[in-house]
Amino acid sequence: MNAPLIGARIQRKEDYRFLTGAGQYTDDVALPNQAHAAFVRSPHAHANIRKVSVDKARKAPGVIAVYTGAELAAAKVGGLPCGWLITDVKGQPMKEPPYPVLAQGKVRHVGERVAVVIAETAAQARDAAELVEVDYQTLPAVVDPKKASASKPIHDIAPDNTCYVWALGDKNAVDAAFAKAAHVTKLDFVNNRLVPNAIEPRSANATYSRAEDGYTLYVASQNPHVERLLMTAFVLGLPESKVRVVAPDVGGGFGSKIYLYPEDVVVTWAAKLLNRPVKWTADRSESFVSDAHGRDHVTSAELALDQDGKFLAMRVRTTANLGAYLSTFASCIPTILYATLLAGQYTTPVIYCEVTAVFTNTTPVDAYRGAGRPEATYVVERLVETAAREMKMDPVEIRRRNFIRSFPYQTPVALNYDTGNYEATLDAAMKMADVKNFKSRKEESMRRGKYRGLGYACYIEACGIAPSNVAGSLGARAGLFEAGEVRVHPTGTVTVFTGSHSHGQGHETSFAQVVADRLGLSMEQVEIVHGDTSKILFGMGTYGSRSIAVGGTAIVKALDKIVAKGKKIAAHLLEASEADIEYDRGEFKVAGTDKKKMFGEVAFAAYVPHNYPLDKLEPGLNENAFYDPTNFTFPAGSYVCEVEVDRDTGETQIVAFTAVDDFGKVINPMIVEGQVHGGLAQGIGQALTEGCAYDASGQLLTGSLADYCIPRAADVPLFKVDTRETPCTHNPLGVKGCGEAGAIGAPAAVMNAITDALGVKDVAMPATAQTVWRSMHKAA
Amino acid sequence: MTVKVSMKVNGKPVSADVEARTLLVTFIRENLRLTGTHVGCDTAQCGACTVHMNGRAIKSCSIVAMQAEGADILTIEGVAKPDGTLHPMQAAFKENHGLQCGFCTPGMVMNALDFAKSHPSPSEQEVRESLEGNLCRCTGYHNIVKSIMAGARAMAASKG
Repeated sequence: MNAPLIGARIQRKEDYRFLTGAGQYTDDVALPNQAHAAFVRSPHAHANIRKVSVDKARKAPGVIAVYTGAELAAAKVGGLPCGWLITDVKGQPMKEPPYPVLAQGKVRHVGERVAVVIAETAAQARDAAELVEVDYQTLPAVVDPKKASASKPIHDIAPDNTCYVWALGDKNAVDAAFAKAAHVTKLDFVNNRLVPNAIEPRSANATYSRAEDGYTLYVASQNPHVERLLMTAFVLGLPESKVRVVAPDVGGGFGSKIYLYPEDVVVTWAAKLLNRPVKWTADRSESFVSDAHGRDHVTSAELALDQDGKFLAMRVRTTANLGAYLSTFASCIPTILYATLLAGQYTTPVIYCEVTAVFTNTTPVDAYRGAGRPEATYVVERLVETAAREMKMDPVEIRRRNFIRSFPYQTPVALNYDTGNYEATLDAAMKMADVKNFKSRKEESMRRGKYRGLGYACYIEACGIAPSNVAGSLGARAGLFEAGEVRVHPTGTVTVFTGSHSHGQGHETSFAQVVADRLGLSMEQVEIVHGDTSKILFGMGTYGSRSIAVGGTAIVKALDKIVAKGKKIAAHLLEASEADIEYDRGEFKVAGTDKKKMFGEVAFAAYVPHNYPLDKLEPGLNENAFYDPTNFTFPAGSYVCEVEVDRDTGETQIVAFTAVDDFGKVINPMIVEGQVHGGLAQGIGQALTEGCAYDASGQLLTGSLADYCIPRAADVPLFKVDTRETPCTHNPLGVKGCGEAGAIGAPAAVMNAITDALGVKDVAMPATAQTVWRSMHKAA
Repeated sequence: MTVKVSMKVNGKPVSADVEARTLLVTFIRENLRLTGTHVGCDTAQCGACTVHMNGRAIKSCSIVAMQAEGADILTIEGVAKPDGTLHPMQAAFKENHGLQCGFCTPGMVMNALDFAKSHPSPSEQEVRESLEGNLCRCTGYHNIVKSIMAGARAMAASKG
């Protein structure tokens, strides 16, 4: 009766409200009698606080209250917790310095919160914040992560500014393989620090009701339940049952809205104290210094090969900059989500990776789209392409010689790939990119004074985070399952509640497609609800491309329960045996007969149980499910980037970008393509335009959108994208996840293309015109 | 200092007493509670606050409300037909998946509406150049470019 909805290009249910200005983002929420908060932030990267004088601010027009670290300490407001414990090479726990909500005697990065001013209007709060006088004794700043361990300590608990030294892999076996190698390729590079810059700045609006002795926090978050859990259990010591967290429409996240931030805590705490709502919305300037940044690795990487180009071993040493404090998931990004991906798509038999994670006087660093996996892909794919050039081999051929072809495949870095077909995406990408005619295009470019280059990246990522027991054994302090609930209404329409969160991904559409397809209903009969802890049973939220693989599967499990109960009801109504009932696209049928009941009839019977087996079955049709995955999923793909570099200016133009991804089963190709486009633009941004820069004193030089260049429309091309499907073997939808792929694969593809165009071994990211021009002239 | 500002917004006369420094975008969002116009930055880079003033696209974060005294302002809330039917440019964004999180979208649409008036059948390159002042972090611009090309043609066609 209905065409399949899984796999269909269905326009989005959420678009109408966004296109008409009816979206409700956190800053759009206006609560009666709300007050406004402004934060006093440190202008110094590293300083002792001698004194904070707030008297003038307290007397300023409209000011309701001013709080400093002293008031929060007196109220026993705890520090922010880190959600992942890394154990170092000596078996010791990582160094976990306190992360105060408001500074306690010392500031450790520019933008750290020292005080909060709460006033009748946002303008009054800002004006009064200017009147807070802070007497700082400045200290030398630690900015360069490579010099951190030899610098004076930022935290007492970490005398060498080192959070941990961590390693994965068999070092002895790797060293032995290198000793026998016919060729070794070595690269030293920086994976540049990025500022996420979701276009909606962070915002929080908290209210407290004395009547209910309960709080409601509206917050721009990717995971409202996690935010609530962290805030209540670890920081404010409140019962979760008394706190409702709502993440309404959220204007992009990219990782930066996963974390519990001090501002969220302060407005919640103050809302009770003042007995009125307290609202805060970041300026973009505040976002730059207070949203967790991404990447920032300094890496030395080596690949050992035999004379035929077979990979024998890989050895990687990385210094990861964690910034001034441990953000919520900071510790697992340059370890668990990085080193485990270093096998890439290849059969490299032994791999060793050592990571030194350091504190510096910079904004905390945490997950940003891809989170560890872009850094791993960059290591692998820059090494592979460079090795091919050094050995005078075709970069495609060297990859083919080393592809994993038999699954499941156990890598030497802990992961077990369930399925994949790397040749298929590479072949398709090469065809779409018309690689065979590249040479003539290169010659044509040269006639116009442009160097043309072509680069590949064959990435793999681990998504569907995560099997809780595996994550737990690696140090996770949380479960990583997902929850879903399917509520069938008496008239047969369905509301589905999911613990994942959509901040652009289009869950309201793609999740509805899954539900409508599975139940044989129309899209109009299914509503998806997310982002409110008072409505949704639980959830771990959206990050790591986990929504459809983990959240979608939880919904499927709940749907299976609905159908199972529906069969019991139908069997009663049809006077048949339950074993004989089949469910097929909206109809419960007695097998081999024309006797049937529609889905809506069964739903109605469940809620109006006049003719119903009440002795054996509860009325109602409402089921929930928790799903904990048995493995990660492994999206993979092949990207081909073609660039032209201006011979005179060094300016790089991406003239073509082809991406063929294997995301397993695709629910909505239109949405999936959109996710790839966006990821590619962020990956291209990392490669060409985005570089977060600090000066030696720890001042952020790229602190606005006028200084930090996120790609504009003219910086990116129309993308050629396609997919190949090898279904995931361990979830019922066969899905793998698609949200991060573009950002993971693109940087290596772009930099492989630029180095190909210039004929140089390496160019630093971001490859701005100036950087490329200098590289050309150094080469000459 | 408080001043009285009066203007027409989405066809309706409005006025309010505001602080002289009140930005037009603040007036629109806070006084009028028209929250479809967004604020994404503080350096006039992102374009999320784009509205029309007297028929031209402007960044409402870059002028104070007083400067719009007597002006005719159109915000995203005034673009669809009164019965709720989407304007052809809005429909083109939906059909071409030209939005994801939706935060930059109102600014994109308002800018595109102005651009399309003078570019009934724009090239890809012309559209990309027209987006110099509008940032999107979700879409990679691919489908926004397609949306605006399609929307401009649809607008030209609907004029007959």
